[in-house]
Amino acid sequence: MSVAPVAPPSAWVESRPRAALRYFSRIGTFCLVELQKLRHDRTELVTRAIQPILWLVIFGQTFSRIRAIPTGNVPYLDYLAPGIIAQSALFVAIFYGIQIIWERDAGILTKLLVTPSPRSALVAGKAFAAGVRTISQAIVVIIVAALLGVNLTWNPLKILAVLVVVVLGAAFFSCLSMTIAGLVLRRDRLMGIGQAITMPLFFASSALYPIAIMPGWLKVLSHANPLTYEVSALRGLLIGQPTNYLLDFSVLIVAAIAGICAASALLSRLAR
Amino acid sequence: MSAEPASQPAPAVEISGLSHRFGDHLAVDSLDLTVAPGECFGLLGPNGAGKTTTLRVLNTLYPPQSGTVRVFGLDVHTQAMAVRRMLGYVPQQLSIEGALSGRENVSWFARLFDVPRRERAERVAEVLEIVDLTDAADRLASTYSGGMVRRLELAQALVNRPALLVLDEPTVGLDPVARDSVWARVQDMQERYGMTVLLTTHYMEEADILCDRVALMHLGQLRALGSPAELKTELGPDASLEDVFRHFTGESLAAAEKGGLRDVRGTRRTAQRMG
Repeated sequence: MSVAPVAPPSAWVESRPRAALRYFSRIGTFCLVELQKLRHDRTELVTRAIQPILWLVIFGQTFSRIRAIPTGNVPYLDYLAPGIIAQSALFVAIFYGIQIIWERDAGILTKLLVTPSPRSALVAGKAFAAGVRTISQAIVVIIVAALLGVNLTWNPLKILAVLVVVVLGAAFFSCLSMTIAGLVLRRDRLMGIGQAITMPLFFASSALYPIAIMPGWLKVLSHANPLTYEVSALRGLLIGQPTNYLLDFSVLIVAAIAGICAASALLSRLAR
Repeated sequence: MSAEPASQPAPAVEISGLSHRFGDHLAVDSLDLTVAPGECFGLLGPNGAGKTTTLRVLNTLYPPQSGTVRVFGLDVHTQAMAVRRMLGYVPQQLSIEGALSGRENVSWFARLFDVPRRERAERVAEVLEIVDLTDAADRLASTYSGGMVRRLELAQALVNRPALLVLDEPTVGLDPVARDSVWARVQDMQERYGMTVLLTTHYMEEADILCDRVALMHLGQLRALGSPAELKTELGPDASLEDVFRHFTGESLAAAEKGGLRDVRGTRRTAQRMG
């Protein structure tokens, strides 16, 4: 079989959009792929919704009656709902690294790495795709909380800001997961570590109770935990609790960028 | 991007003095190789010969530890992004996303290669047609047979109209009918686009049918180079490519056992999933 030798004609050299545009295009592509996967299989949306509903219905309603947690004038269920949104997003994102290990085993990661995409664009794409998945969680919790009588805002701009906060939080925690994946390289190890750190991250935040009632050492941990700032921003937006939005958003953005950098640096380890 | 070649086009692939080491193991040892534009070139050798490592340097996954590798005149290390734009790559594993339809799988890679939006749907449909998956395009890829998956991967690799198509063990684990169908697509694509094809295989029949020239690698080194006909003639009047392979790699199976566990496991896993 023999053909006339050819050099790549100019049609093969695609127009190259500017680097920044390409970066956002990659993020958009991964978000779209995530939506397509969700469209084909919605079972995860249903199964993932069960746990936050149980937290709100059982834990939330019981602790509302005990009145053990001081939340000022805010009913405990109102106080808890934003914490459960953050928690359910955390649970989705913290195991997202498993997908990248699966893609490594299946050869998909190798193919992604030989597309004209910077490593960090691939990681950012994955991180925001995790965000897309957590948005559906947030919406479910908001609806359930509203049905339980929680007095939430319905200001569309604030709801939009809630989704931004959830996506930023998911971007950080999924990058944490991908970073661990790049270190341990195996699914079972990542599962173990994910399970080991999820609850400490959750309890060392203001998701369930105010930082003011924590022991000193836990206060320090909770201030270093991005989940605290996510919960704080969500409470401010959804139930009007006072918070420092500049600090909350800054921490979430810096954490997400740091996570993308860390996971990108380790991505090549997975391709070996 | 390089300037328009005047009379002497740059080689499609130019490997000089490439060595690559994993710890104490020298996977590729001072390899020199040139592939001409438009050629279908086969890298042959038993497991552990260094074929996949060579491909991984070529497709920018591993930076060269020593030596240089150029694709159409572009250095794979310093001009990696430009090189990637010219590549279509099908790895040894079955690398499709089963949770997406065939069309979505191809469209995903069209986006990652910046195929312009106005051309995208048409280009995706075109490559699905080439690999004969138009009717199955909107089914979930998880329902595809092994041969269909391989064809879908070819469509993914083709959607950016690559100048160099790199296939790592393209028919491992396929039944004879599916294998013939993959060979037919590769030949069809090469004739249609005149692209350069570089493939690795340890099926001699595959190399004999598809390749204009082959390089036989063993323990990281180049042992023989030429057209299948030349190599067979050199060995004797009735020699097959299989005989050439045995001649250069040793008759015993010991050579084949040099392939690492990971190598063998990867091949088996792909074969299992193909079944």
